[in-house]
Amino acid sequence: MKSGIRWGLVIFITPVLVWLTVLILLPQVDMFIMSIRAENELGEMGFSLANFKLFFLEPIYWRTFARTAIFSILVTFLTFLITMPIAFYITKVVSPKFQGFLSVLILMPFWVSELVRVYGWMILLRESGVINHFLIKFGLLNKPIEMLYNDATMITGLVYTSMLFMLVPLLSVLESLDNSLIEAAYDLGGSVWSIAVRIVIPHCLPGIVSGSIVVFMLTLGNYLTPNLMGGKNGLWFTEQIYNQFIASFNWNQGSAFGFLLLILSSAIIWLGLKLTKQRLGKVVQ
Amino acid sequence: MIRNIPQTKAYSQGFRLYIILYFIFLFAPLAVTCVLAFNDSMFPSLPWKGFTLEWFTGHTLERTGIFNDQINLDSIWVSFKVAFFVSLLSTFVGTMGAFLFEQEDFPFKNLLFFLMLAPLVIPGVILGISILLFSNTLGLFFETHFGLDVGLFRPGFWLVVLGQFSFITTIVTLIVSARLKKFDHTLEEAAMNLGATRYETIVHITLKFLRPAILGAMAVSFLMSFENFNTTLFLVGSQATLPINLYLQVRDGSTPVINAISVLMIGGTSLLALANLYFSKQER
Repeated sequence: MKSGIRWGLVIFITPVLVWLTVLILLPQVDMFIMSIRAENELGEMGFSLANFKLFFLEPIYWRTFARTAIFSILVTFLTFLITMPIAFYITKVVSPKFQGFLSVLILMPFWVSELVRVYGWMILLRESGVINHFLIKFGLLNKPIEMLYNDATMITGLVYTSMLFMLVPLLSVLESLDNSLIEAAYDLGGSVWSIAVRIVIPHCLPGIVSGSIVVFMLTLGNYLTPNLMGGKNGLWFTEQIYNQFIASFNWNQGSAFGFLLLILSSAIIWLGLKLTKQRLGKVVQ
Repeated sequence: MIRNIPQTKAYSQGFRLYIILYFIFLFAPLAVTCVLAFNDSMFPSLPWKGFTLEWFTGHTLERTGIFNDQINLDSIWVSFKVAFFVSLLSTFVGTMGAFLFEQEDFPFKNLLFFLMLAPLVIPGVILGISILLFSNTLGLFFETHFGLDVGLFRPGFWLVVLGQFSFITTIVTLIVSARLKKFDHTLEEAAMNLGATRYETIVHITLKFLRPAILGAMAVSFLMSFENFNTTLFLVGSQATLPINLYLQVRDGSTPVINAISVLMIGGTSLLALANLYFSKQER
C-alpha cells in the first residue's frame, strides 16, 4: 500500500485544489491587485491607493459602509432573538408528536427563492398593498400609506430572509441539550431567566456563533433585499459595488470596495469568534 | 420551560401566541403571493375580483399567462440547465473533498480546510465580482499572448455555473463529510481483507453508505443554484436565469404573471424538499 505515490490522495486532492485555486484563491488575489491600481494623470494604469483614498474622502461611501456594517449586526442580533424561542419551543416544549411536522413546516418557506419572498413582502406592504387594503377597509386608515422603502421594512426583510440559517444550527444544538439539566436547575429554584442565561445559552453557544456568522455574512453581502425593499438611494454597500461595476464601469474602484467588504466581513467574524472563544473549524460542524 | 415542568397559564399561553404570530409572519408573504396569482385583476393587489387562471394560460395581448410567456419560459429553462450542471459538478467535487478531508492526511491539511470553508464567509456578491474579474484577466491574457478569444471567460452560461459551483461545493463537502464521519472503518478493512481493491471498496461499501447524503446534497445544490441571485448577478450574460429575470421585472413594476411564476416555484421547491425529506427518512 505505502509505495511511492498515494494515488487515492492524488485523485481526491486534484479536483479540490483546482476548485479552490482557480475559483476562490486566484480571483480574490486578482481583485486585490485590481483594487491597488488606478489611472494616473497621464491616463496610464499603475500602482496607486487612490481607490482606497476616495473611499475615505467621500462621506457617502464610508457612511454607507458603516451603515451596512451596523445594520448587519443589528439584523443578526434580531434574527437570534426571534428564532431562539421558536427553536426552543420545537425541541423542548411542543409534544414530540408534532415535533417533526413543525420543524419541516418552519424550514419550508426558505426553500423558496429569496426573490419570491421579497416580492411577497412588497405585495403586502406597498401603497396599494394588501395590508393597506385591510387597514382602510376596517377604518383604521383614511388613505393608504407607503410602508415600503424605509429602514424598518428593509430590516424586516433581511431578518425574514436570514432566519433559516439561524434556526438550523439552533435546532441542532438544542437537540443535544439534556433536559435533566433544565429540570435540575428548576428543582433547585432557578427562575426562567436564570435557566436561560446560565444553562441554555452557554450550551447553545457554538450553534449561536455559527448561525450568527452565516446570517451576518449573508446580510452584509445581500443585494436583492436592500435594493427592492430599502430606499432608492443606494444605501447598502453592495449597491455601491454594483454601481461601480455595472453603471460607472470603474472596475478598479469596485474592486477596492469589494476588498473592503471582504475585510469587514472577515474582521467581524474573527472578532465574534474571539469574543465567544470559538473556532471556525469547530463552529461549522 | 420544558414540557414536563408545570408552568403558569399566562406563560404557556403567551409562548403559544408568540409561536402563532411567528407562523403568520413566516407564511403571510408566500400565501398572499399565491392567492393573488388567481385574482382576476391587472395588478397583484386586492380587492378580490374573482377567480381566474388567465395568468397561467392566457394568451391575449394584455394578459399573457406564464405558459405562453416565451421570455420567462426561456429563463426557467436556463435556470434548470444551470442547476443541473452545478448540482452534478459540485456533488462530484464535494464528495471528493469529503473523502480528502476525512480519510487522507497530507501536509497543510488545515490550511486547505480553511480555504475550503472560505466561501462560507465570503459574501456572494464578492465571489461573483472576483470571478468576473479573474475570468476577464484570463481572457485578456489569452487574447494578447495567443490571439485566442475564449468565450468561457466572458459573462455567460458557463461562468454562472462556475460561480455558483464555487460556493455550493463547500456546502456539499460539509454535508457528505458529516455522514462520512459516522462511517465504520472496519467495514472497509473487512472488504480489503477479503481481497477487494481500494477502488472496489469505495464503490461497493463506502459510496453505498454515503448514498443518502450524496443524493441529499445533490438536491440541496440544485435548489441553491436554482434560486441564487447574488453571485449570478455579476456573471450573467445574455441568457438570464429565472431569479435575475424576475428581479428585472419586479424592479420595473409587477404583473400577476410574477405571482403565477412564484406559485410554480413554491410548488416545485416544496415538492423537491418533501421528496428529499421522504427519501432521507426511508434510507435511515
